[in-house]
Amino acid sequence: MTPQSAFMVVAPVRAGQIAALRDLLRTMTWAPGQADPDNALIPFGRCARLHFARLVVLEDATLADRAAVGAPAFGAPVSLAFLGECDGPAEAQLAEFATLAPEGLRKIFRHCETLDDDTDIAVWMRAHAVAPATFYVNWVGRTVRQIHEEAALHRALRARLLTLPADMPALAARADLLDYVAAEQQAGRLPLSPPEPTPPAWQLAQALHAIWVPLLLVVLLPVFVLGAVPFLVILRQRERTDPAIWPRPSTPHAEALAAIEDFDVSNQFSAFGSLKPGAFRLWLLRFLLWVAQYTTRHVYVRGRLARVGTIHFARWVLLDENRRLLFASNYDGSLDSYMDDFINKVAWGLNLVFSNGIGYPRTDFLVLNGAKNEQAFKYYIRRHQLVTEVWFKAYPGLTAFDLARNSRLRAGLAPAATDEDAARRWIALI
Amino acid sequence: MTPRTHEAQDVQALVESGFSKLTEACFLLLRVRDAAAARVWLGTAPVTTAADLHRHVPVAMQVALSAAGLRALGLPELILAEFSAEFLAGMAGEAQRSRRLGDVGANAPEAWHWGGRSTPDVLLALYAEPGGLAALRASTATQAFAAGFTTIGDLPTSDMQGREPFGFADGISQPSFDFAGRRTPGTDADLAYGNLLAAGELLLGYPNEYGRITDRPLLDAGCPGAALLPPAAEDAGRRDLGRNGTYLVFRQLAQDVQGFWRFAAAHSDAVGLAETMVGRRLSGAPLLPPSAAPIRGVGPDPDDIGLNGFTYAADPDGRRCPLGAHVRRANPRTGDMPGGVQGPLAQAIRMIGFAGAGDPRDDLIASSRFHRILRRGREYGRTLPPDQAAATDTAPMPETGLHFICLNANIQRQFEFIQNAWLANAKFDGLSGEADPLLGNREPFPAGQATDGFGRLCGLPRFVTVKGGAYFFLPGVRALRFIAGASG
Ligand code: HEM
Repeated sequence: MTPQSAFMVVAPVRAGQIAALRDLLRTMTWAPGQADPDNALIPFGRCARLHFARLVVLEDATLADRAAVGAPAFGAPVSLAFLGECDGPAEAQLAEFATLAPEGLRKIFRHCETLDDDTDIAVWMRAHAVAPATFYVNWVGRTVRQIHEEAALHRALRARLLTLPADMPALAARADLLDYVAAEQQAGRLPLSPPEPTPPAWQLAQALHAIWVPLLLVVLLPVFVLGAVPFLVILRQRERTDPAIWPRPSTPHAEALAAIEDFDVSNQFSAFGSLKPGAFRLWLLRFLLWVAQYTTRHVYVRGRLARVGTIHFARWVLLDENRRLLFASNYDGSLDSYMDDFINKVAWGLNLVFSNGIGYPRTDFLVLNGAKNEQAFKYYIRRHQLVTEVWFKAYPGLTAFDLARNSRLRAGLAPAATDEDAARRWIALI
Repeated sequence: MTPRTHEAQDVQALVESGFSKLTEACFLLLRVRDAAAARVWLGTAPVTTAADLHRHVPVAMQVALSAAGLRALGLPELILAEFSAEFLAGMAGEAQRSRRLGDVGANAPEAWHWGGRSTPDVLLALYAEPGGLAALRASTATQAFAAGFTTIGDLPTSDMQGREPFGFADGISQPSFDFAGRRTPGTDADLAYGNLLAAGELLLGYPNEYGRITDRPLLDAGCPGAALLPPAAEDAGRRDLGRNGTYLVFRQLAQDVQGFWRFAAAHSDAVGLAETMVGRRLSGAPLLPPSAAPIRGVGPDPDDIGLNGFTYAADPDGRRCPLGAHVRRANPRTGDMPGGVQGPLAQAIRMIGFAGAGDPRDDLIASSRFHRILRRGREYGRTLPPDQAAATDTAPMPETGLHFICLNANIQRQFEFIQNAWLANAKFDGLSGEADPLLGNREPFPAGQATDGFGRLCGLPRFVTVKGGAYFFLPGVRALRFIAGASG
């Protein structure tokens, strides 16, 4: 099994270069925000292990909120972030980009500080790589190759099924379909590659992580017990007084965001903002992201993040010496559905993390209210969202549900003996 | 008895009644020719209110305004800007909205009869008892009216006796509203499907399903003319321009009645196929038996229970009613959690995502109560019985269809969500490659995947084509008088 990784390169954009950079990035798209897989700068379509990728200028329109809550000003840079998700190690993906498109990358990152004509682009990207605090993968181990092969299987089965009489008994239909798949495979079509061996180092790291985090939590238990009351007192006091800042997003901003959405079944989401000032919120957030990372590595690894099944990948990244947080995800459906999931299914989870950001709608006890204040939350999110200049998805037209369904379809090829009912359920997947 | 709005004399009657006895109707699309004259006319327009409904009303008139219309009438920009973003942008105002609503290809606004390139300012809806419409129209066309408005569209309707042009009984399932504010939304009872909604899902100025009041323009009490308006529920110091008003979504949907029945007739059981596409029998009877537990907001009328007392919970695989059937998409009858009302432990397990594991279809669909609309459409054109429509030797029919109208307090979360996430979405409930069998535009995805399937069928033709549309604000009567008095 090949695990998935998150890569990300971040560097401040040189003064006065933002507009030129945006113009350049626009040349990589076939429609607003939609990457052309064969674009001249980074031909994403040629990277066989790449799931998603994006280029986004981290220009924080909410910086003024810092003053409103007394957070110290800092020379907040406008950075360019190049990030995405791949099969295997992130370093290998960055190295592939550097080999595949050294000139294109150079053209892009020349707009950033510290890249000079004589710097090696691969070395430079490594030096500017940033790891997420929490990284969620919809299905750990599902590779791009597997996705394409299983999608082809689904297409073939569907085409075949449509040629069979609708009233054919399920077992007979299944037998026909299995024969058909076997014949196709004989002919060298419909390859279904077995998974690669799991890297032992990764397996070991997983196993250790699975144990030491709970161990540490147990060891720290007395601290939590003793600290609970003071923690709650401070938290409640802050929840009562932290200002909530969620004006309606400006029309041009909202329009620019919508302009790059809904070309296909999935969308990207990039949101950026400042943490509330002070050590309390910073450490609370780091702790929560650390716990969240445990759940995304060991618990939410099979198609769902809590109740939400439409997220392909998501990450939370602390930037600018932990002053700011970037949230980036790839999800299915329109933003309206995504918000609906956020508010009605996982408001508690969003509140835990995002209530540590400046201006978030008021929460109670860290999990209550917050996102449940629907209008406030929608304004807040939209206002913090960034216009992702370039976004690539390796398997357009496929939702996370489709991917899971196709895997089940494949798994269902195997069992030899089934009854009519099981055969019917398998055919229903097609 | 249907529950009544509190401030009935301030509420346009369409909110409470579809005027089913007023079988003649037309919709006039108006442009403001002279703002001052238009305001004078609107200031005294004989708008039918919910308070009139307790007596015999032989005719009715309703007035709704688009964002362009409010601007043309001189409503200050600062006030206008507080209406919802989608109302201000308009149904056809942005390519991105058209993409989401499925208004691309043959449905693209550029080809609409109206509303595509420019939005009408005012929608005037006229309703009358049989034989009464001509007189109502004549009495409306006064000199004062002509001084203020130019009629740019005149949409006739036809009485099809409670059926839509394909021949199905329509107007059967509607949400009911808790105007008295007796129900608290968001309690455990909402884990299961209910049909009773907070008043704020329909009327602006009242708490909605989140227990909050939807944004709408609030004015400083000192604002000229604001004294006419009711105070805002959450802030008595401000005046509420939205209260007792609602957004009215209008879409002219042409139906290819012959195409629909010819397609169905090519299959062994034409009526049966058509019924599975709709998700109800021609007669309106549901495809599912009534659920054992009563559903809040359905009944006590036994007919209502017979027609609407069901959910899809017992039919997860769509064997009785296909997952993609029109009514199942338009209202999936889901509660806040799959499994409905359950103990706190089961709920907690659900919440963190540990229930229903293994089945990727579990918990895919949003909870219905946040996405309901009140439908008030009218048919136009001509209908034919299925067998005649299917016959290949019948002459082509004039344009026929539905003037789809719905009311809601949040266009984005209600109408647009239903249209986008549920009807136009070819991935609804884990389906692949099929949009709504009645409404789909049949356009493939950019990567080429088809959206024109239905179960085992593929290559469905387009049965419905969008021919016009706009978002309007159906103001409360006091708000209408305020707007009429607004000086630019
Ligand atoms: C020409 C186009 C359309 C036709 C022929 C049509 C037909 C029907 C029919 C026959 C029913 C069943 C009767 C009933 O439950 O009242 C129905 C229900 C419904 N339709 Fe449509 N419809 C059309 C367009 C739309 C559109 C555009 C929407 C919303 C965006 C919509 C939303 C609904 C809803 C919400 C229901 C009730 C579902 C329920 O609560 O069970 N329809 N429609």
